[in-house]
Amino acid sequence: MAQLSYRDAVARGIAQEMRRDERVVLVGEDVAGAGGVFKTTVGLLDEFGPKRVIDTPIAEQAILGAAMGAAMTGLRPVAEIMFSDFFAVCWDIVVNQIAKTRYMTAGQVTLPLVIKTGNGGGLRFGAQHSQSIENWAMAVPGLKVVTPSTPEDVVGLMAAAIREDDPVIFCEHKGLYSSKAEVPDGDVVDQLGTAKIRRKGADATVVALGMMVGRALEAAQHLAQRGISVEVVDARSLVPLDTRTILGSVSKTGRLFTVEENPQLLGWGAEIAALAADECFWDLDGPVQRITTPHIPLPSADSLEDLVMPSVEGVASTVEKALQS
Amino acid sequence: MRLPLSAHGYGEHRAVMPPDDPTRGDTEPVDLETRLRLYRSMQEMRTFEKRAYDLFMRQLVKGTSHLSLGMEAIAAGFGAAMRKGDYTFATYRGHAHTLARGVPMTPVLAELLGRANGLLGGKGGSMHLTSVAHGMMGSYAIIGAHLTIANGAAWSAQYRGSGQVAVCFFGDGTTNIGAFHESLNYAAVYQLPVVFVCENNLYMEYTAIGDITAVDRPAADRASAYGLKPIVVDGNDADAVYLTAVQVLERARSGAGPSLVEARTYRHGGHSRADPGKYRPAEEVDAWKGYDPVTLYRERLERLGADQAELERIEKQALADVDQATEEAIAGELPAPESAFTDVWADGGWAWRN
Repeated sequence: MAQLSYRDAVARGIAQEMRRDERVVLVGEDVAGAGGVFKTTVGLLDEFGPKRVIDTPIAEQAILGAAMGAAMTGLRPVAEIMFSDFFAVCWDIVVNQIAKTRYMTAGQVTLPLVIKTGNGGGLRFGAQHSQSIENWAMAVPGLKVVTPSTPEDVVGLMAAAIREDDPVIFCEHKGLYSSKAEVPDGDVVDQLGTAKIRRKGADATVVALGMMVGRALEAAQHLAQRGISVEVVDARSLVPLDTRTILGSVSKTGRLFTVEENPQLLGWGAEIAALAADECFWDLDGPVQRITTPHIPLPSADSLEDLVMPSVEGVASTVEKALQS
Repeated sequence: MRLPLSAHGYGEHRAVMPPDDPTRGDTEPVDLETRLRLYRSMQEMRTFEKRAYDLFMRQLVKGTSHLSLGMEAIAAGFGAAMRKGDYTFATYRGHAHTLARGVPMTPVLAELLGRANGLLGGKGGSMHLTSVAHGMMGSYAIIGAHLTIANGAAWSAQYRGSGQVAVCFFGDGTTNIGAFHESLNYAAVYQLPVVFVCENNLYMEYTAIGDITAVDRPAADRASAYGLKPIVVDGNDADAVYLTAVQVLERARSGAGPSLVEARTYRHGGHSRADPGKYRPAEEVDAWKGYDPVTLYRERLERLGADQAELERIEKQALADVDQATEEAIAGELPAPESAFTDVWADGGWAWRN
């Protein structure tokens, strides 16, 4: 067991699978020589060589198309889209090609590929380098979508994603890259489609994702001091979605809050709220509340970004007020 | 400076005429066996697509479809030059390219009719014909995307050292989208075993390609930007296409990298089923219909002394095959309702939750 940063965990997860399976290759802008602009692929070029770890031009469509064509002919590529915002320039390849081709060809084509991407806000990068795009991907049939919140989950979910025979959008939260935690020695392999209860509680369920998990946990600590027992569920995987764990927790506590850093409209929390309304309405003791960024692009200035993104205090006060009313 | 459309009325652009000497390919070094194969292949495509058109008219084919009547020599020429195991990537105008890889007619026609015995069980339709077992890696219906994907298949072939080549067909309109330029650069940088074939039929959907492109030859004039030779071939001459195909495939297989071929041709009909193609000068349409790849090739075979009875046998067989495919396609069952819910995921299902 050793301390590992979230960014090093990305490289460790990929390396673990590259050692195991020579069909696994890595492509992206600056992923080889530079070790990634976020340093998430450091050491991979040295260990696996330039045939398997490949620097590309700034050409996101070409990168993802290459990953797709390689996946359908026997390789298991990991492709990086440096900032998830850049999905907007290659969304055709993701949505029209990667997501739909298996279905349209009645299963003739299998696409075992992972698209890893730096996602999310909090780094003062402004509106074009801070978005959370999980919701975009979640809306498209044929894509699996995960967002790990801890280094151990990064390694394990990356391994699971690479071993998966379907395309996986792997959202790394940029705001977590420097965070550190213990990761078990040896191979770590997790399971897609599983949420995790990070803190047990009795009075309310808070479902969070990525960087918001830590904020929800901190909020839960504050609330515990005020006599409110909060269960924090780390959704981890939006597709497949572990509704059993999430709705099971809601049925137990009777209250549901979601914490998303996405703009408000059509966030993943809305889907979970709808599922709760459909399937555990009679277990609810009060309204479901979504805590999100308002429906605005993210501003750059630290004071403004902090103001609009869900905060520890914001989560704590929303839950507290709701439970007191 | 080029003045797009503003210099003339819509559809009133200068006619672009076909080459004027159809006999010039007679002496090309192609043996008779290959020539008969090319003729058979073109006859099959021509007869098949005419039937597909008839079936639209009878409203048995739903949705849309894009015919390549008049463009068969390109599909046939490359089809004859490619090896088993090579990869084809086509566009929504992909019926001929699918047949060129040896995919039987019945499942192709049944797919157009939305039947269970269709190539894709009715889930893809005319624009997405795919038969991985035949190396037909798909028909892609968003302009430009499949050039990037063909690169990936070529990369995989290179990585595995398999000797396979990916051949990617697309229209002249594709040369103006970003993915074209990303793909050409990418293929050139990594020396991928891929051949890009621009089927320049002179029209980007309903607009003359010359009116909206900065250079005269939409593909060939871009080749130098990627360190490639400009290659232009008469796309209505099956021999010329075949010989070019042999060369560029060999280049790719030898590790020398990609090629970009511009094959000049013409579609007899409109862009898609809904388009009568009225934006084209009448004399241009007439001239190109007179420069028809199938008729020209038959005349060449006659000049070269091919057995008349053999040619007729090929024509009769193509018609018999299409008749049989029509019967089998029309007799096909509708897809089972539950098939709508299969193959979203590799496990065969569509579940997004537990």
